[in-house]
Amino acid sequence: MSRVAIVTREIDVAVLIAEVQSSDFGAVSVFAGTVRDVNDGRSVTAIDYSAYTSMAESELAMIIAEAQDRFGVSAVVVEHRVGALAIGDVSVAIVAAHAHRAPALDCTRFVIDEIKQRVPIWKREHYTDGTREWIDPTISRGIATA
Amino acid sequence: MSTVTVQLFASYAETFGESTLEIPLAPHSTVGDVVESIRSLPGAFFLPKSLRVAVNRKFASVDQLVDSTDEVALIPPVAGG
Repeated sequence: MSRVAIVTREIDVAVLIAEVQSSDFGAVSVFAGTVRDVNDGRSVTAIDYSAYTSMAESELAMIIAEAQDRFGVSAVVVEHRVGALAIGDVSVAIVAAHAHRAPALDCTRFVIDEIKQRVPIWKREHYTDGTREWIDPTISRGIATA
Repeated sequence: MSTVTVQLFASYAETFGESTLEIPLAPHSTVGDVVESIRSLPGAFFLPKSLRVAVNRKFASVDQLVDSTDEVALIPPVAGG
């Protein structure tokens, strides 16, 4: 089974683990991305995530299909949250299950790396000095707005 | 001449002050033609040299043909995760 979703609610990693678990599997690999309170030396208070939702879900589904081909992992679930997130909130969760640990671990790593390259999701950080900035990973600083 | 609607997101939408642009579309226009038209708009100076464009929710090459009914989007540098 596999499932991808862009969600506006909290991500419950335990629910995703339960979704992929089976007596056939000896390994469940989990990656959870969380909002941290500092980036590039600046104190972050919150992050707004936004997405081109229909394309993001389509790209996520393609990434999952590639991962399943590459690692032979049949059970993968991915959720990415959008909206206003606070420090410590889970922004993305990837859960992959397999009979053995190596394919499950490789799968989660592959999926998060691909998300960062090609899934149309954006984030705008809010800082303690009241400014906010779109994050552009291709340059060190994004577009600053008051 | 027909037009195509180009969706804008995140920093691009904020900088243009719009969520969509209506771009004139000559027959047999390509993604490259659409990008060239967008670059000629006032305020487009901020766009990076290399622009990612999606057509019908898939990344498109510059030589891909664009129809007025296509769903076209400018994709700012992604930052998911």
